[in-house]
Amino acid sequence: MAEEATVKEKKTKKGRVPMPEQDPKERARNFLEVPLGYSPEMAREEASRCLQCKNPGCVEGCPVGIDIPGFIRLIASGEFTASIRHVWKQNSLPAVCGRVCPQEIQCEGKCVLAKKGEPVAIGNLERFVADWERAHGSGALPPKASPTGKRVAVVGSGPAGLTVAGDLIQKGHEVTIFEAFHKPGGVLLYGIPEFRLPKEIVAQEVNFLERLGVRVQCNVVVGRTVSLDELFAEGYQAVFLGLGAGLPKFMNIPGENLVGILSANEYLTRANLMKAYLFPQVDTPIPRGKDVVVLGGGNVAMDAARTALRLGADRVRLVYRRSREEMPARAAEAHHAEEEGIEFFLLTNPVRYLGNEKGRLVGMECIRMELGEPDASGRRRPIPVKGSEFTLECDLCIVAVGTGANPLLTSSTPDLKVNKWGYIEADPCTGKTLKKGVWAGGDIVTGAATVILAMGAGRLAANSIHDYLMRGW
Amino acid sequence: MFKIVKREEMSQGTVILNEIEAPLIARKAKPGQFVILKANETGERIPLTMAYTDPERGVIAVIYQVVGKSTALFKTLQVGDGYQDVIGPLGKPTHIEKLGRVVCVGGGTGVAVLHPITRAMKEAGNHVIAIIGARTRDLLILEDFMRRASHELHVCTDDGSYGRKGFVTHALKDVLDRETINQVVAIGPVPMMKFVSQLTRQYGVPTLVSLNPIMVDGTGMCGGCRVTVGGETRFACVDGPEFDGHQVDFDELMLRLQAYCEEEKACFQEFCMMEESWHRK
Ligand SMILES: Cc1cc2nc3c(=O)[nH]c(=O)nc-3n(C[C@H](O)[C@H](O)[C@H](O)COP(=O)(O)OP(=O)(O)OC[C@H]3O[C@@H](n4cnc5c(N)ncnc54)[C@H](O)[C@@H]3O)c2cc1C
Ligand SMILES: Cc1cc2nc3c(=O)[nH]c(=O)nc-3n(C[C@H](O)[C@H](O)[C@H](O)COP(=O)(O)OP(=O)(O)OC[C@H]3O[C@@H](n4cnc5c(N)ncnc54)[C@H](O)[C@@H]3O)c2cc1C
Ligand code: SF4
Ligand code: FES
Repeated sequence: MAEEATVKEKKTKKGRVPMPEQDPKERARNFLEVPLGYSPEMAREEASRCLQCKNPGCVEGCPVGIDIPGFIRLIASGEFTASIRHVWKQNSLPAVCGRVCPQEIQCEGKCVLAKKGEPVAIGNLERFVADWERAHGSGALPPKASPTGKRVAVVGSGPAGLTVAGDLIQKGHEVTIFEAFHKPGGVLLYGIPEFRLPKEIVAQEVNFLERLGVRVQCNVVVGRTVSLDELFAEGYQAVFLGLGAGLPKFMNIPGENLVGILSANEYLTRANLMKAYLFPQVDTPIPRGKDVVVLGGGNVAMDAARTALRLGADRVRLVYRRSREEMPARAAEAHHAEEEGIEFFLLTNPVRYLGNEKGRLVGMECIRMELGEPDASGRRRPIPVKGSEFTLECDLCIVAVGTGANPLLTSSTPDLKVNKWGYIEADPCTGKTLKKGVWAGGDIVTGAATVILAMGAGRLAANSIHDYLMRGW
Repeated sequence: MFKIVKREEMSQGTVILNEIEAPLIARKAKPGQFVILKANETGERIPLTMAYTDPERGVIAVIYQVVGKSTALFKTLQVGDGYQDVIGPLGKPTHIEKLGRVVCVGGGTGVAVLHPITRAMKEAGNHVIAIIGARTRDLLILEDFMRRASHELHVCTDDGSYGRKGFVTHALKDVLDRETINQVVAIGPVPMMKFVSQLTRQYGVPTLVSLNPIMVDGTGMCGGCRVTVGGETRFACVDGPEFDGHQVDFDELMLRLQAYCEEEKACFQEFCMMEESWHRK
């Protein structure tokens, strides 16, 4: 007992193995991934810091309950293949989640070592085994149940849809994904930039599903190209809706339609999906601002700001109406953004945009804010400070103040029930909607959330769909 | 791939018609709706209205004017080639009903977009007067189509090389002076739609216009296509593309259409040079 305690003590004294990263100055001008990944030695060293707790806090903090000490132990002993198999049991997209999950408020936030300083770098380790498998794995496909003859349609190819497809194809069902864009991946493809999530990883995940037999049909806007009822008429017995929350919100302040003001969705879609950063090698242009302002404080705002820098901006300022503590972005993203030279204008809100005679943006008037009483979200409500208006010059503004539900499909499907914000009502345990044979999950149910929550919702829905196909509604 | 099964050149090769295999879209499309096309891996997503569809053959037709890099690239596609991606039908269909006497006004390639609406208006039992115009005779398109789709056709050219000399607004004014009109539909260059709307406002005739802002996804996800209608911001790809012409802020639309003009010019010039050197080889 005494011996175990000293071992533990020794382990805790070792600091967290830092993640090698591209130098901030250099990376601020290229689109290559920022963190470079652990070597096997680094991974084993970091893994050896884990105390293998009996009642691990990390697992509690994980929205899908990955056996974290389990997979970390296998890394420590060098059994990388066994380790990734272990992760796959709960998480079908570890190469993605290792990179984009907000670990500091999930697993790592609950790690016992967090209390004493540095938690185990669970995200980095998850990413390591996933990448190791991508580079060295046999690529062997998991076993598939014998065909059931049942057909499932998955609408949307974000993390929710991909998870449903992967789970159900392995259970022996026929699965077709319908995606509105010309390429699959959802936000993983069109939203999160290359320097944070290389698109090759997304393509590999989709390719893996295709090798398992999933059909991916792009360029199909369900609700326009085909309706939900037509999918049923075509012989699909169950439909999963993983539509995401893709409707951009604007500030609704004067001057918002000036040239030079884009939603983050448009800006990032041009940059990521259309690869406009390669213009003119590709045909889609993207505005290259010299003096850029990004509105918002979440991951989307960070991604937009860092993209603007990489597209050659001299100066990028992030305007956020609350304080640093309330910023919803992953800690790593805010940190990386600051390292790269993005300036944060906190407790500041735009009042109106200023344009020139050509209808182009030249600046914006902002007002200082102070924090008042907590609001519904529990965060202190920002209130404007009278008479504190000032002007920020800028030639490009990216609006990243949130997204909502796109009504395209739901408005053409009246028997799907939506709440007052337009999100689909679905049972949180099963994903069942009020329309027979239809499930929904991910951002279209919860509102804009995270990859892991979308994936988790997909897994629950897949289980429920399987149940239905084998036993009934 | 979405294969081109028929191709025609009009207006001295500046306007191209493509019939494209797209059975899912053909089955669903209604007049006024558009598709987004992408030629190849590096291509841009370009919105074009469907001029007509043939659900039985599973084809849709688009008619486009060559104005820049992407449409010049489209022009190089021949029968048997295809578009990598075609998405649709997008946008709200035109609201077609029996209103009485309807004037359909088209300018430039807008005539291609106007044609299916004109036909549908006639089929719905309206008396349809069509007015089409172009800068000069050679640029006029779809005259025969429009003649068949309407009860009465007026043709104008700016230079008087064919039909009546002058703008479509002149011919429209004569019609409005002559008789009571229940609805005007105007599709063409933004200035034309603006002037038509100004004119019909004086006569109190409801006027539908079809807006063509810059688009990316066409499904309401980017907001690039936002236009101001009646003082409110609307997304043309899902709320339109047709709006009440008396409510549209045309000046804003014109400015927004210029958003990428520098980039477009450079891109187009480079493409033309490449084309040229390729042809010389
Ligand atoms: C820029 C950005 C950065 C982010 N960063 C992070 C991060 O670091 N960490 C994190 O955890 N989360 C992050 N998120 C949030 C996360 O990406 C989302 O919560 C997650 O992708 C939601 O998954 P989903 O499957 O519900 O939907 P989405 O990923 O949104 O996918 C929905 C898909 O459905 C398609 N679709 C929609 N309607 C139709 C239709 N009618 N027919 C056919 N297809 C349709 C869409 O085109 C899209 O491809 C970020 C989001 C953005 C925008
Ligand atoms: C709903 C809709 C329906 C349309 N239908 C037709 C049609 O039936 N026939 C036709 O000839 N044209 C139509 N257009 C216009 C057509 O999309 C543009 O002419 C085309 O995108 C020009 O691309 P380009 O690269 O050849 O030219 P560019 O050099 O890129 O641009 C020339 C001009 O076209 C406009 N434009 C550029 N990119 C886009 C874009 N992505 N979306 C919209 N406009 C853009 C800009 O005003 C620009 O200045 C339609 C547009 C919309 C929005
Ligand atoms: S809480 Fe931390 S130390 Fe404990 S098992 Fe989880 S990762 Fe290891
Ligand atoms: S084109 Fe993107 S919202 Fe209309």
